[in-house]
Amino acid sequence: MLDVRDLDLFYGDAQALDGVSLQVAEGEVVAIIGANGAGKTSLIRAIAGMKKPARGTITFDGHDITGRVSSIICDLGVAQVAEGRQIFPSMSVAENLEMGAVLPRARTKRKETLERCYEMFPKLKVRSDQAAGTLSGGEQQMLAIGRCLMGQPRLMMFDEPSLGLAPAVVGEMFKIIKELHAQGMTVILVEQNVSASLKLADRGYVLENGRVVLSGTGAGLLNDDGVRQAYLGL
Amino acid sequence: MSALFQDRRAVLLLGLLAILALAPLAAGDYLLSILITVLLQAYLGMSWNVMMGFAGQFSLGHALYVGLGAYAGGALFVHYGTPPWIGAIAGMAVSAAVGAVIGTLGFRFKVMGVYFALLTIAFAEFTRVLFDHWGWVGASSGLFLPPAPNNSPDNLWLLRGSTTMFYYVILGMTAAAFWFSRALLMRRIGYYWQAIREDQDAADALGIDVFRNKMIAVLISAAMTSLGGVFLAFFNNNLYPESIFSMHRSIELMLGTIIGGIGTLFGPILGAVVLTALGELLTELGAHIGIDGVKQIAYGICLMLILVLKPGGLWPWLRKLLRLEGDGR
Repeated sequence: MLDVRDLDLFYGDAQALDGVSLQVAEGEVVAIIGANGAGKTSLIRAIAGMKKPARGTITFDGHDITGRVSSIICDLGVAQVAEGRQIFPSMSVAENLEMGAVLPRARTKRKETLERCYEMFPKLKVRSDQAAGTLSGGEQQMLAIGRCLMGQPRLMMFDEPSLGLAPAVVGEMFKIIKELHAQGMTVILVEQNVSASLKLADRGYVLENGRVVLSGTGAGLLNDDGVRQAYLGL
Repeated sequence: MSALFQDRRAVLLLGLLAILALAPLAAGDYLLSILITVLLQAYLGMSWNVMMGFAGQFSLGHALYVGLGAYAGGALFVHYGTPPWIGAIAGMAVSAAVGAVIGTLGFRFKVMGVYFALLTIAFAEFTRVLFDHWGWVGASSGLFLPPAPNNSPDNLWLLRGSTTMFYYVILGMTAAAFWFSRALLMRRIGYYWQAIREDQDAADALGIDVFRNKMIAVLISAAMTSLGGVFLAFFNNNLYPESIFSMHRSIELMLGTIIGGIGTLFGPILGAVVLTALGELLTELGAHIGIDGVKQIAYGICLMLILVLKPGGLWPWLRKLLRLEGDGR
């Protein structure tokens, strides 16, 4: 479904990605792990069309989306739940969700999608008229996921979804991703919480200094000595 | 949303409009000219508000568009007798075009925040220098619009006439700008702007065309502002590059909106009223005390007090006080 090949990406002179290749098949959950600054967010931004790569190609469903603008990529069905949630604080919960469905393809179905969102996150329905900035951290994360779903994505990319959340809420987060997976959603998951994300993932990639240094099944990586030492402190 | 202007807000608004529409019956020319100043300030503040308050793009050089509108309307009238409303179309087109250049430079090359503001100042400044040396528009010695012959009837089409006529024109323009601003906010683009203002990255990630929507805000704001410039030219009958393109004007233009509440609909109006009332009051006071500069110092202190005590502007605070329900706008 998604095919990334030999991606190079720079911020000024600093190279964030160096020949990164990865594949994601339909219905898969793929985890991307790595230390801070390894290039995880850069990779997501490149796929989402928010940062142009210097070299390499990104293909989604047979469409070359390398360097295309984000609205085109979104419309093809690639969406992201960005790091730090990025909700619109002074808009109401309902308005935030509506903003997820701005593209023509999603807009026509927004009523049904909204109902589905509220079914999945009943708390959002209760608070639909409340300003999003007044929600708790966990609720804001649910809102960010709901808003992403409003765009009718086929591939969802999560960037550090558990960052700054209370431990109980983190568990809920992973349950939601599992549920989405069960419904057939394709997921790319970037997480600090390495063990939880590898347990959930079908496959994973390890990024170091902008390069893929290791890849394999989730279980395989979880049992890899290098991964255990570097990321799990075992 | 649909309840935006139901009940008390609508009553307040219509009441205000009725009082203003009847004002010329009671007010003399002096009071009317003060009201014109207030309304023009409110109008220009609303125009700036579209770009800064709605879309979050900081322009510190809006005098540029005032000047372009004023000179387009004025010079075409002086040279060809073109009616100001036709001249205004030219002025709005030129302003929108210049806005498009500034917007493209700023938004394509990711010049943001303070640096974008500097870009807007730079354009205003070098346009001023250009007009200072452009003979066709009178260069630095100014452009003068021929006044109407004495006792001739008001001519709305040529904008030649009494203070009362100018008063109604600017009242109409301000009411239209208010209605237009409200319509913008209630449409999809109003939400896109809010999204861009609150988190541009998130808006981009959702597929909102950030460049296009910011650009629309600039074009609308520039065109609206230049129409205010046309009015200014025909009301004052004289134009000097030094004053019309001045940094001072750019600052004055946004001050009312900042005091009243950036991004709100009523803020620019309230701010214009407060600033003008404050100015008049302090002028009186200064004349009584008889010390030079007292007015300016007191004015500055008052502005600082307002901004320190009500950093979001006076309108959000007043709205709460009057229990006017709304969605924060």
